[in-house]
Amino acid sequence: MLRNKLMAPLGFILAFLLTWEAGVRLTGIQPWLLPAPGRVAVTLWDMLPLLARHSQNTLLAAAAGLLAAVLVALALAALMDFSPWVRQGIYPLLVISQTVPIISVAPLFMIWFGLGILPKVVVVALVCFFPVAVSMVEGMEAADPDMVNLLRVMGFSRWQIIRLVRFPAAMPSFFAGLKIAGTYAVMGAVIGEWLGARSGLGVFMTRATHAYQLDRVFAAIVIISLVSLLIYALIEFFARLAMPWYFNERGND
Amino acid sequence: MTLEILLEDVAKSYRMNGVSLPVLDGVSLQVEEKEFVSLIGPSGCGKSTLFNIICGLTEPDRGRVLLGGRAGVRAGEAVSYMPQKDLLLPWRTVLDNVVLARRATREDSRAVKKEAMELMPLFGLSGFENSYPAELSGGMRQRAALMRTVLARRRVLLLDEPFGALDAITRNRMQQWLLQVWDNFRQAVLFVTHDIDEAIFLADRVYVLTPRPARVCLHLNIDLPRPRQVEMVTTERFLALKKQIMRALQYGAG
Ligand SMILES: Nc1ncnc2c1ncn2[C@@H]1O[C@H](COP(=O)(O)OP(=O)(O)O)[C@@H](O)[C@H]1O
Ligand SMILES: [Mg+2]
Repeated sequence: MLRNKLMAPLGFILAFLLTWEAGVRLTGIQPWLLPAPGRVAVTLWDMLPLLARHSQNTLLAAAAGLLAAVLVALALAALMDFSPWVRQGIYPLLVISQTVPIISVAPLFMIWFGLGILPKVVVVALVCFFPVAVSMVEGMEAADPDMVNLLRVMGFSRWQIIRLVRFPAAMPSFFAGLKIAGTYAVMGAVIGEWLGARSGLGVFMTRATHAYQLDRVFAAIVIISLVSLLIYALIEFFARLAMPWYFNERGND
Repeated sequence: MTLEILLEDVAKSYRMNGVSLPVLDGVSLQVEEKEFVSLIGPSGCGKSTLFNIICGLTEPDRGRVLLGGRAGVRAGEAVSYMPQKDLLLPWRTVLDNVVLARRATREDSRAVKKEAMELMPLFGLSGFENSYPAELSGGMRQRAALMRTVLARRRVLLLDEPFGALDAITRNRMQQWLLQVWDNFRQAVLFVTHDIDEAIFLADRVYVLTPRPARVCLHLNIDLPRPRQVEMVTTERFLALKKQIMRALQYGAG
């Protein structure tokens, strides 16, 4: 079963790479326009120590930004649940914030926060905040009102009910949003680095692009994909850890 | 004798799209200490609404609600409520679910869990303490929900059609078992059902409600001996009581 599941995507990727390789060789296209996958692989291997060093900064910014987004989103979701007034005021702001193109405001963060890691963290947090916050708020709203009433009769306070019912009820939705945010996180950090930084995968890519070293650009893209996949897998792992009941239930039917 | 619940002339209407929907029309009833009282009425007549009023989740338009003989008691301190749905928290194990009501009181959770573990056999849940609700059968979920209600250790249990979703055979077993549990704990019970046999078989007294808006149209003492036996449902006395209730449900009068 698992083997069959893996076979299909692996087969397609292999076919794609082979076609690409063959295409580059047959047409004799220049490597500064489009390097062959084999060449990218060799570059990736040679550059691995350098790429690893640049990845560290990117990964740190991505993780810190994602964490900040999650913390703020959780706090805000609880607050919005606690006060309908806050909710009515903030929800539209959330949606409007999402319509502001991050790439156009990111340069401002460079001006405000310098070339260090902080502006990247802010960009990542902004990109990740919306999917996490919305999935959390909607998940909490989906909690069974009868369940909430039952706990009210038992004498639990509103905060206790948020902790005992609303947060757990929102977990499946929250993790779905977190997975989307997780895949955005590395991208957000790289965009932040494009605009100005001393090191990071975004810096590495900008330099390589300016030098027409497209094999290096592709090598960096491979690393970005791998890191994003890793974050995705980590989130899935935490989801299983946090909601064993959810996966038990699904395993049942 | 303490008067555990006293409802006097309780009325309630809901407003739906500007139209008033009268649901309760002056319901009066009482439940005394250690008593088992059934409340029977057609579906949609307002039984759950009445429970919500007793629990303080809904405000009545008029009438009085006294718990333990006093007005203004916080409902959760006097009654323990089992809603129509089992409402077990899916993210908590059976053990954590059944002790839930006691968590609100900040009792020593180790002691409460020990108490719960000792009661697992009585509720037929031994070996499932650490399962999640989704892994239980319908009957077991109902028993877990009832255990949560009983374990709250309140003076009155409010049970809202607890066996409504079960098949007839499971249902009969659960009724006998419920009497056994009641015998054990001797909390007063107000039991809502729309099944006549169930109402008679379990109770000391039965209140019959009219269709919406609900009023009490019959109040019966069930003078069948205890412990109740399954065979009793075919005795003449049982059938006579049943006939009276059927007539009340049909014509709205004793
Ligand atoms: N919150 C509510 N708002 C409006 N109508 C309601 C509400 N709750 C119940 N009702 C209506 O009141 C009537 C009685 O409902 P309910 O008390 O649940 O009946 P029962 O439990 O006897 O089946 C139904 O017609 C139902 O539609
Ligand atoms: Mg009902």
